[in-house]
Amino acid sequence: MHPAYSVILFTTASGAGYGLLIWLALLGAAGLVAPERGLGAIGFGLALALITVGLLASTFHLGHPERAWRAFSQWRSSWLSREGVMAVVTYAPAGLAAIGWVAFETAGGLWAVAAWAAIACALLTVYCTGMIYASLRTIPQWHQPLVTPLYLVLGLMTGALLTNALLHAFGTPLAGFSWLVIALLLVGLALKGAYWRAIAHAAPSYNAEDATGLGRFGKVRPLDPPHTQPNYVQREMGYHVARKHAQKLQKMAVLLGFLAPLMCTALTFAPSVELGMSAAIAAVLIAGAGMVLERWLFFAQAQHLVTLYYGAETA
Amino acid sequence: MTSLPKSTGKKLGLVIDLDTCVGCQACATSCKEWNTGGYSAPLTDLDPYGPDPHGPWLNRVHSYEAGVGAEGCTVHFPRSCLHCEEPDCVTVCPTGASYKRAEDGIVLVNPETCIGCKLCSWACPYGAREYDESSGVMKKCTLCIDRIYNQNLEPEDRLPACVRACPTGARHFGDIGDPESDVSRLVSDRGGYDLLPEFGYRPVNKYLPPRGRSAAKDTASARAISNAAPLTQSSTADLFFRWADRVLSR
Ligand code: SF4
Ligand code: SF4
Repeated sequence: MHPAYSVILFTTASGAGYGLLIWLALLGAAGLVAPERGLGAIGFGLALALITVGLLASTFHLGHPERAWRAFSQWRSSWLSREGVMAVVTYAPAGLAAIGWVAFETAGGLWAVAAWAAIACALLTVYCTGMIYASLRTIPQWHQPLVTPLYLVLGLMTGALLTNALLHAFGTPLAGFSWLVIALLLVGLALKGAYWRAIAHAAPSYNAEDATGLGRFGKVRPLDPPHTQPNYVQREMGYHVARKHAQKLQKMAVLLGFLAPLMCTALTFAPSVELGMSAAIAAVLIAGAGMVLERWLFFAQAQHLVTLYYGAETA
Repeated sequence: MTSLPKSTGKKLGLVIDLDTCVGCQACATSCKEWNTGGYSAPLTDLDPYGPDPHGPWLNRVHSYEAGVGAEGCTVHFPRSCLHCEEPDCVTVCPTGASYKRAEDGIVLVNPETCIGCKLCSWACPYGAREYDESSGVMKKCTLCIDRIYNQNLEPEDRLPACVRACPTGARHFGDIGDPESDVSRLVSDRGGYDLLPEFGYRPVNKYLPPRGRSAAKDTASARAISNAAPLTQSSTADLFFRWADRVLSR
């Protein structure tokens, strides 16, 4: 699949935004962090900005952005529609929780109810994002049981990295939270590793003989394409990164997305406040680059069944 | 509404004969010509005279080689929307622009409400949907709804443009849901098949397989034998007629 930068930006930015929203709301509602105005303004502001940037990026990717409101109508059948609905719904409790922190410096009582609602809505939104991909049977690398859990875990992981950086920046680091970040990085790495192994070892589902029904004559190979230049289907769905190349990029994604942030997060236990803060911020930046690479690979390693009509032997 | 109808009154679709298709592209060009002024008009090509011409076509004719040697054959393979009975290209659509008609089973995109998210094209394993960059919406075969019910056309023209254009009669249009229809008979007589049946979208369009080369070879050798047989006791007259036949048939 062609890795569209708007979609890469949308899924990584909004995933991190929802993750940050979830952890802030949770820390506040559980009384683990004081709902102090500065942290609330920057934290919720950043979360909502990332979510909004992501949504806007996905809207730019449309042929008719001005009709985007129509996408809220088909939630009965369409995961994309459900995602749109949930994304908008999430703004309400998230906004309320933010107001509690910023305007009243409180996260208890009814404000806590808003926080828990925001957490549930954010989780559902990211779940819908994952399901948009996981429900596509035409793309075997996406139609995997690990895809939706990965979207959730990577969102929570990047959100936790952001939260940790903010806690350090505001001088209220929590040792327990650094441990949580480390745990999430390890879970994320394990899941992503399992995903890469699963797609590397999966037997292809179909071949060109199945696609054309011409297997009765023997091996099928293309003789003449239907056009002189690649068409939309090939441009959109024909992109495939070479296996060797992908393996190199996977190693880089592991390093940037998981291992380097792990080391940085370990450094946040250092007694020096400056070192802790810089390490937590570095973890966010490096993991961000790693996530963009991870998301790029998610597209580039996905082979659509339609490639069988355009020369792929198996898919 | 992008939920699928429980059942459709008719199952209108195409039956494509891979044995007689000669790959002339008449169906594809005729489709483009009709539809660039039809329901989902226009089908604009970008860079049409430059180095990279591309744009939406609703029907594309591939050519494949299958097998090798005497058993092998060249197959021209037109490919367009199969108007599947249970396609996800309809259910994934967030706007309701992609829908399947309950009355005749035709799968359509409403160009007034499509937002151009392209998700439906991702959900089609057959590559039947092509995004139109110039109008920002998805395009696909309409089975020429603006011809088949069009009272302004002569009755013989109320057929999809591709069917009307095919010079070898390799394309047939009709109700595949009606077991008594001409197209259904053709499918059962000729062993018509679905593309990727295991995938489960239940395509309505069917493909008739090329007749095997071995059958053709058998008739060829039978003809050779029957031609050769008289040679053993051929009279002068026989030889003369054979010579005359050869000269006249040049
Ligand atoms: S061929 Fe593709 S576009 Fe047409 S109905 Fe089937 S899945 Fe949908
Ligand atoms: S491109 Fe148009 S028809 Fe296709 S899923 Fe998106 S809105 Fe629906």
